[in-house]
Amino acid sequence: MGPELFPLAADLGAARSQMAFTLGFHIILACIGVAFPAIILIANYLGLRRGDAVALGLAQRWSKVAGVTFVVGAITGTVLSFEMGLLWPEFMRRFGDVFGLPFALEGIFFFTEAIFIAIYIYGWKHLSAWLHFWTGVPVVIAGLGGAWSVVAANSWMNQPDGFRLAPDGTVTDVNALDAFFNGAVAYEAPHMILAAYIVTGFLVASVYAVGMLRGRRDRHHRLGLLIPFTVAAIATPIQFAVGDTAARSIAKDQPVKFAAMECVQKTDTHVTEYIGGWCTSDGVKGGIGIPGLDSWLVGFSTDTKVIGLDSVPPEDRPPANTLLHWAFDAMVGIGSALIALGAWLGIAWWRRRDMPKTRWFLRATAVSGLAAIVALECGWIVTEVGRQPWIVYEVMRTEDAVTEADGVWVSFGVVLIVYAALGIATVMVLRAMARRWRAADEVDAPYGPRPASPGLPEAPA
Amino acid sequence: MSSADAVAAVLWVGVTLYAVFGGADFGSGFWALVAGGGERGRRARDLIDWAIGPVWEANHVWLIFMLVTLWTAFPEAFGSVMSTLFIPLSLAALGIVLRGAGFAFHRVAARSSARRLSEAAFAVSSVLTPFFMGTVVGAVASGRVPIGNAQGDPVTSWLNPVSLVLGALFVAAGAYLAAVFLARDARRFGDGELVDYFATRALAAAFVAGALAIAGLFVLRDDARYLYDGLTSEGLPLVLISLACGLGALALLWRRAARGVRPLAVGAMVAVIWGWGAAQYPYLLPRSLTIEEGAGASGTLTVVLVLFGVAVVVVLPALALLFMLDQRSVLEEEVASRPAEPGLTR
Repeated sequence: MGPELFPLAADLGAARSQMAFTLGFHIILACIGVAFPAIILIANYLGLRRGDAVALGLAQRWSKVAGVTFVVGAITGTVLSFEMGLLWPEFMRRFGDVFGLPFALEGIFFFTEAIFIAIYIYGWKHLSAWLHFWTGVPVVIAGLGGAWSVVAANSWMNQPDGFRLAPDGTVTDVNALDAFFNGAVAYEAPHMILAAYIVTGFLVASVYAVGMLRGRRDRHHRLGLLIPFTVAAIATPIQFAVGDTAARSIAKDQPVKFAAMECVQKTDTHVTEYIGGWCTSDGVKGGIGIPGLDSWLVGFSTDTKVIGLDSVPPEDRPPANTLLHWAFDAMVGIGSALIALGAWLGIAWWRRRDMPKTRWFLRATAVSGLAAIVALECGWIVTEVGRQPWIVYEVMRTEDAVTEADGVWVSFGVVLIVYAALGIATVMVLRAMARRWRAADEVDAPYGPRPASPGLPEAPA
Repeated sequence: MSSADAVAAVLWVGVTLYAVFGGADFGSGFWALVAGGGERGRRARDLIDWAIGPVWEANHVWLIFMLVTLWTAFPEAFGSVMSTLFIPLSLAALGIVLRGAGFAFHRVAARSSARRLSEAAFAVSSVLTPFFMGTVVGAVASGRVPIGNAQGDPVTSWLNPVSLVLGALFVAAGAYLAAVFLARDARRFGDGELVDYFATRALAAAFVAGALAIAGLFVLRDDARYLYDGLTSEGLPLVLISLACGLGALALLWRRAARGVRPLAVGAMVAVIWGWGAAQYPYLLPRSLTIEEGAGASGTLTVVLVLFGVAVVVVLPALALLFMLDQRSVLEEEVASRPAEPGLTR
C-alpha cells in the first residue's frame, strides 16, 4: 500500500474519533449488560430464599432497567460491527479471517443472552418463581463468555498471533484458534470482566446512596445499595491484583505502551515512578517521583531494566503521552480509592453489622459509580491509545487500515449528535421509571397472583 | 461442496432468517407508521407493540450473525462492500440506532410527547433501514462493488435503478410478511376487525411487492444481466415456487382463511432468496469475486462451520423456547408501570 492511496490524512482522525467515541459509549452499556444480570439474580435469589418481598421487588425493577440498557447496548454494539467495515475495511480485508473468530463466538453468546434476557424480563408473571430464576442464569454465563470473546479480539490486536507474514506482506498460515488464545487475553479478559462488575456494582449502589442522602432510608434503599456495593467491593481488590499482573505483562510484551503509560523516555534501570506531572521528552515534569519504584513494580527489584520510548523511532511511539500517563494514574488512583471505600463498609459491618453511619459514606458511594466509569474509560484509553500508531501491534499501522471513503467527518458528526440524544434519552427514561416507581411505591409481589391487567387480554393458549 | 461453499450456504441461512424475521419486524414498523391516529390506529399499534416486544432482540441478532460471518469467512468481500457502500450502510446503521432506541423508549417514556417521538423514530427508521439495505443488495447484485478499499462509486453504486427497485421491494416484502403475521395475531385475540384490517393490508402489500418484483425483473435484465440470466435459468425453479406460494397466499388471504397463509408467505420469501442465491452463485460480488476466491483461510472456515454447529445445538432450542413461550403468551410485560389505558380489550 503506497502512501498515494491515503490522500486524506484528516479522515484517519475522523475514523479514530468516531471509533473511540462509539466504543467509549458502548463499553459502559456492555459492562452493565455483563454484570447487571448477576446482581439482579443475587437479589432474586435472596428474595426467594428468604421470602423477602423487598429483594424481589428490587430484582424485578432492576430487570426492567436492564431491559432498557440491554437494548441500548445491543444497538451501540451493532454500530460497532458496522464500523469494523465502514471505518477499517483494509484491516478487515487483511485480517478478518485471522481474528474474526472471537466475534463469531461472541455472536453465539450474545444470541443466547438476548433470548434468555427476553424470557427473564417478560417471564415474571407466568413462569414459576424458581424456573424464572433459572432462566436468568444463562444470561450471566453468556455475558461472561461474550465479554471474554470480544476482549480476545482486542487482545489479539495487542498481541497478534495465529498467522505469518510472507515477505510481500501477505497473511499466511492462519490459525484462528492460536489467534483466539493469544498472549494478552489471559489478563485482558479478566481485567475487563472485573471492571464490568465494579462499574455496574458501584453505579447501581450510587443511585440508592443518592436516595438515602435525600432521606429515603427504608429497607428498599438499604438493600438496593448493599447488594451491588458488596459485589463491587469484592471485585475491586481482585482487580487490583489482576491489573498489576497486566501492567507487568505489558511491560514485557508491549514495552513501548508501558513506557508511554509511565513516560519512560530512556531505557534504564532504577527508573523513577511518577504520579501525575507532564510528560516531556526529558521525562516527567512536576509529578511526584518515587525513585526506583517503576523498576521495582516491573520486576520486584530496582535493578530491573525498563524499556523506554527511545527503543523505537519517533514515528512508532504512541501520541499524547501526558494523556496516557494521566489516564493510567487516574485508573490506578480511582481503583485504590474504591478499595478503600469497600474496606470502609467491610470494617463497619464487621464491627457493628451495619453500614457506616456517617453521611460521608453515602456521599462517597454516591460518586463511586461515576468514578468507576472514569476509571473504566481511562483503562480503555491506556490500552487503545497506548497501542498506536498500530492497529495490529507492530504489524499493521492504523493509517493503513482506514477507509478511503469520503464523509467520515460527516458520519462522526451525526454519531455525536445521535449518541448524545441516545445518552440523554436513556438517562431520562431511567429517571422517569424511578419517579413512577416512587410515586406508585408499590412493592408488589412479583410472583403473586396476577392483577387484573390494564393491558392486553390473555390470548388463548 | 467445498468448505467455502458450505460457509456461504450458512451465511445464506442467516440472510434468509433475517429477511423473514427481521423483515417482518421492519414491516411491523411500517404499519405502525401508517396506522394513523384514532381508535383503530391505536389498537393496531398496540397489537404491533405486543407482537414484537419479546422477540425484537433475538431477530436483531441475525444481522450481527451476517456481518460477523461475512468478515470472518469472506473478509475481502466484507471490506469491499463496507467501503464502497459507506453512505447507505452508514444510513442503515443510523436507522438501526433510531429504531432500537425508539422501540426501547416508547413503552417507558413518561410524557406522551416523548412517547410519540419514540414511536415516530421507530416507525420512520423501520422503513428507511430496509430500504437502504435493499440498495446495498442492489449494488452488489448489479456488480457495482469492485474489489478493494472504496474502489466503487460512492453514490451511483447504490443510487441506480436496480438498487432503488430492490430497496422499495425490501420495504414492501417486509410489510407484506408483517401484515400476514399480524392478521394471525389478531385472530388469536379474536379481534375480527383487526384481522380484516391486516388481511386487507397484506393483500395491498402483496400486490405492491408483486408489481415491484416484476418491474425488478425488467430492470435486472437491463442493468444486472448476470443475475437476470441466473434467475431465469438455475434459479428459475425456485422463482416459480416463490410465485406459486405467493399466489396461494393471496388466494387464502382473499378468503380470510384461518390457516396456511403464514407458511405460504414465508415459503415465497425463502424461495426467492434461495433463487437469488442460486442465480448469483458462484459469485460473492458478481463477475469480480467468486466464493472460492473471496474465502478466508481454510482453517478458519472449518472453525466457523464447527461454531455454526454449536450455535444450532445451543441457540436453536433456546430460540424455539422463546418463540414457544411467546406464542403461548407466557411472556408478557407487566403494564402497571405505564399509565393505565385500555388495550385491545374493549
